[in-house]
Amino acid sequence: MSEIFGIPVAVILGQLTLGLVNGSFYALLSLGLAVIFGLMGVVNFAHGAFYTLGAFAALLGLQYFGINYWAALLLAPLAVGLVGIIVERLFLRHLYQLDPLYGLLLTFGLALIVEGSLHQVFGATGQSYPVPDSLSGVLNLHFMFLPLYRAWVIVASVVVCLGTWFVIERTSLGATLRAATENAPLLQAFGVNVPILKAATYGGGVALAALAGVLASPVVLVNSHMGASLVIVVFAVVVIGGMGSILGAIVTGLALGVIEGFTKVIYPEASNIVVFIIMALVLMIRPAGLFGRE
Amino acid sequence: MNFRTLGAAVLTISMAVVASRAALAAGDEVVIGVLDDMSGVYADVQGAGGIEAINMAIHDFGGTVLGKKITLLTADHQNKPDIGASKFREWADQNGLNMLLGGSNSGVSIAMSKVAAVKHVPFIAIGAAGASLTNEDCTAYTVHYVYDTTALANGTATAIVNAGGKSWFYLTADYAFGTQLQNAASKVVEAHGGKNVGAVRVPLGAADFSSFLLQAQGSGAQVLGLANAGTDFPNSLKAANEFGVTKTMKPAALLAFITDINSLGLNVAQGLYLTTGWYWDLNADTRAFGKRFFAKINREPTMDQAGVYSATLTYLKAVKAAGTTDPDKVMAELKKTKINDMFAKGGYIRADGAMIHDMYVMQVKSPQESKYPWDYYKLVKTMSGEEAFGPITGLCPLAPKK
Repeated sequence: MSEIFGIPVAVILGQLTLGLVNGSFYALLSLGLAVIFGLMGVVNFAHGAFYTLGAFAALLGLQYFGINYWAALLLAPLAVGLVGIIVERLFLRHLYQLDPLYGLLLTFGLALIVEGSLHQVFGATGQSYPVPDSLSGVLNLHFMFLPLYRAWVIVASVVVCLGTWFVIERTSLGATLRAATENAPLLQAFGVNVPILKAATYGGGVALAALAGVLASPVVLVNSHMGASLVIVVFAVVVIGGMGSILGAIVTGLALGVIEGFTKVIYPEASNIVVFIIMALVLMIRPAGLFGRE
Repeated sequence: MNFRTLGAAVLTISMAVVASRAALAAGDEVVIGVLDDMSGVYADVQGAGGIEAINMAIHDFGGTVLGKKITLLTADHQNKPDIGASKFREWADQNGLNMLLGGSNSGVSIAMSKVAAVKHVPFIAIGAAGASLTNEDCTAYTVHYVYDTTALANGTATAIVNAGGKSWFYLTADYAFGTQLQNAASKVVEAHGGKNVGAVRVPLGAADFSSFLLQAQGSGAQVLGLANAGTDFPNSLKAANEFGVTKTMKPAALLAFITDINSLGLNVAQGLYLTTGWYWDLNADTRAFGKRFFAKINREPTMDQAGVYSATLTYLKAVKAAGTTDPDKVMAELKKTKINDMFAKGGYIRADGAMIHDMYVMQVKSPQESKYPWDYYKLVKTMSGEEAFGPITGLCPLAPKK
């Protein structure tokens, strides 16, 4: 078999594919963060907790109400998005005038409360969520066997990411949203209800996190800690992409998934820090991130 | 936004979250403490259920020993050696601690055993696997109660090599516990004529195991040795199943708890070999304990929860027999008594601190074989304590090699 740098091509292609799967999760999560930061200026440390909530919503929906995977894909983000709107109305909106650090502390506190409560009720070991029957097969890609479900994750995430990007950058709704960040009082003078717009934006951002949680639930065990470690990596992705850059979040999310995948073959011990090394390098060379505007 | 400020804020918050539930103890009490992971990845292995088990033991003993009330202190070591060691020191200095029960995590347990040696407080390690606790890290006050890496490897690896799984590839958690477990298994595999093909060291708590599993599959080995625990074990086995790795390789769980099997479900876990120090469905005694525990916690006990119950009783019996809580006299008593209860039959604590008792090689049942809730294991082999824990190595100065 042919090789590149002593690594068989089949292995490279395999890791590339798996990297894209993980990158899809990074992209989806960092997209939500970028939306919330870019349009609201909030550093949402509760993003991982909302991801976990999404997975639990799917799990509990299935266990108690028999809601299947496809319905959960829609209902869980809606429910969690609603929670997000309540959080924004009750707490976050009071902090817009202050330093972003206060929003960070609030959301970090919320994350601890959510994760602690889930831990108290459901324990640490987690529970299995079944892969839906229609996606339970395996694709033979010749260089590897890819579970159909993982392929679906890539497709779903890319579609959602591009859809979100299109709405924000190319539609009049998106233009209004961006106008609210640029000059809220002026927009309000035009008769647009800015507070509702902000609440909806936060709700939409955390709904994206919940969607990622539902997508992840058949892949990993659903447990209270699943979002906590992921959110740190995702923050690094957002910083590398450029805080608030939608396209940056999507592209860097996918790219870092792939880079991390290759690290797992070349030097596995470093696979959990490679993202942070890249973050440090990017911050040294381009402090605003790869896609950020100075 | 300044990310240095951000980092500092996060650090400050996480340090402020340190929780403790220590109560002040008066002089005329026998004080038992438990330091365990109460909130992290190992919290279901012993955790809150372990505290319940200790309370059951204190209750069963009558609540007093030598006419003194028995008090229990509990705290979360958060899997951090510094927290475990400093809490242990604080209890020893300020609360008159007489004995410490230590929960999961080899790293924390090694740190706590150093404190035991300095403070002369008996320390019974329950959920730590590292065999170094009774070898190079042994102390005169350490007892290692439920299992260790040597016994786990002797059980599972021997059973699989003898069943034809000759070539092994390991998925190893990249810290002290994982490497000790992999080394122990590698030795057993070689000793039985098998071959170690390779290993990949996986960072603790990895979000995705598929890359590592493809490397394992690419090695062509027959057996996938999972030298990990906590959430890493079920997540890696689940992915192995999903990617079809389990079709070409036989998975071997080098450390699995019944709670892991319960989370995974028998569909995924069936056929898996594992080694356990205790199982609720072994005999009438274990079933009776399981039933009592289940009534309180709504889960069958893990081997650690059963072990911590037994360890508490063993200590209290030793105090009663010695007629004192003097640490040296109690340790001497502990090392000469036989342990006969629902956990062990004819168990004994060796000079190096290892509690020698039977270990059980189990195979996980298929969904069809499982007849009632928590009916998960079938017994493959009962190993005698001597066979499981092996001879004294001589690495512990307290126990010279014979």
